[in-house]
Amino acid sequence: MHSEPAAVGAAPVVRLRGVVKRYGAKTAVDRLDLTAGPGITAVLGPNGAGKSTTVEICEGYRRPEAGTAEVLGLDPVREAAALRPRIGVMLQSGGVYSGARAEEMLRHLAKLHAHPLDVSALIERLGLGSCGRTPYRRLSGGQQQRLALALAVVGRPELVFLDEPTAGLDPQARRATWELLRELRADGVSALLTTHFMDEAEELADDVAIIDAGRVIAQGTPEELCRGGAENTLRFTGRPGLDLHSLLKALPADSAAAELSPGSYRVSGKVDPQLLATVTSWCAQHGVMPDRLSVERHSLEDVFLELTGKELRG
Amino acid sequence: MSTPTAHGERRESYAPRPGAAPLPRMITAQALLETRMLLRNGEQLLLTVVIPTLVLVLFSAVDIVDTGEGEAVDFLAPGVLALAVMSTAFTGQAIATGFERRYGVLKRLGTSPLPRWALMTAKTLSVLVTELLQVALLTVIALALGWSPHGNPAAVLLLLVLGTAAFSGLGLLMAGTLKAEATLAAANLVFLLLLVGGGVLVPLDKFPDAARAALELLPISALSGGLRAVLQDGAAMPWRELGILAVWSVLGLGAAGRFFRWE
Repeated sequence: MHSEPAAVGAAPVVRLRGVVKRYGAKTAVDRLDLTAGPGITAVLGPNGAGKSTTVEICEGYRRPEAGTAEVLGLDPVREAAALRPRIGVMLQSGGVYSGARAEEMLRHLAKLHAHPLDVSALIERLGLGSCGRTPYRRLSGGQQQRLALALAVVGRPELVFLDEPTAGLDPQARRATWELLRELRADGVSALLTTHFMDEAEELADDVAIIDAGRVIAQGTPEELCRGGAENTLRFTGRPGLDLHSLLKALPADSAAAELSPGSYRVSGKVDPQLLATVTSWCAQHGVMPDRLSVERHSLEDVFLELTGKELRG
Repeated sequence: MSTPTAHGERRESYAPRPGAAPLPRMITAQALLETRMLLRNGEQLLLTVVIPTLVLVLFSAVDIVDTGEGEAVDFLAPGVLALAVMSTAFTGQAIATGFERRYGVLKRLGTSPLPRWALMTAKTLSVLVTELLQVALLTVIALALGWSPHGNPAAVLLLLVLGTAAFSGLGLLMAGTLKAEATLAAANLVFLLLLVGGGVLVPLDKFPDAARAALELLPISALSGGLRAVLQDGAAMPWRELGILAVWSVLGLGAAGRFFRWE
């Protein structure tokens, strides 16, 4: 297995400093700082947070009005000619001649590169074998999505940019996409992806940057973000109507306990072995069997909601 | 190179090995792809092949339009060659490029190793290849209809090249600034208007003097008039028409270069 994480301390693949981009009166990206990779970095954010603009600045499509952008050590606009062969880009939609066949377009992109991947193997790998001769406009949404991914990686890039890579895919195709991204990562390809899906970020990303209103408001590994958020939660069920006052007295001062619905209890605070022992001994004293006792970690979704006050899928 | 997967099979390695293909290979691949897209598109073929052929055959055989003295085909063949150039370099290129812009193809290629100037070179090559096929086909048909061309082949070539440059500039200007649907409508309308008012079918001396003076300055009139001066009347070098086409080329390509938007 080749799955060592990307070397710690290696040079970042993307470095944005104080980047500003406005569209008319609207500020899409507002003094944004982001350092990413190597490895897989997920950019999470609600609709309109500035995710796509951020990625398009890295790809060289947009010129920032202020600040600096560096991708693989190059300026994406001024040094585009040197950068372009080294990156792969997956657009959110389109990008293919409507009359071109799936395989034809992939073979064409391969011809623009010096050492492309084997096209037939890639088509097989992404389950596009059955539609290689179908014109692009007649492919299903999921097939178009997988072709876009293939187009991004066929040139053996060092870094791929993926804008919502699994939007609109069925669960099986999502899994297949994730597996390919893990293989790419294992082989030393870095990725910067935007996503709406928390599970995608949790499953794939070495690093998650949460963007809201054009700024990065939190960044770290999924574990760091979950730990760094609010406290964790302990739940159990028992007989309804327990008097929680005596429990609260036994718990540390910053804890809370509540009966959410009859017989269903939640204790929140710094959940550590000591707190767990306190709760179970309190239960023993009161002759309560704490059924379905569980410790819940904060999910990325909870962290996101706390930070942005927004649901991700809006 | 291969790497074992989680399932134990060997798979191809994705290890980075970036690099652009050599420029000639990229440009050739792009020009071939663009030509294939054009030849596969039914509406494009209608415009570039069927309409010029029909115009040539129909109006040579049936005496509907008064084409002046001599055989109708001697008047029509140069006009139809001009029409063919316009249909490919202007109408066809404008519509195709407009939709490529709309569907994100230009955006997609914008981050590929293919430089923009190389993409434009490939588009021009694809237009020239298509024109070569059109000219060959129309020449054979016209000869079969009894066409007897005269004149200097170099002058004909120069007219075709300058005509292509002028129409490409105008077509790309339209494709790069208007919405795809607007380009589709406008390019077809212009095609139709110039077919009638550009000396392709109807001799310009059928128009009132004032209108004629203005119409003669159109690129299609300069191209059809220039080709006719050489092929029908045996002129050596139609400088006036070449001059008009050169001005249109500079204006069109200059404006396209300045105002073209890739997305």
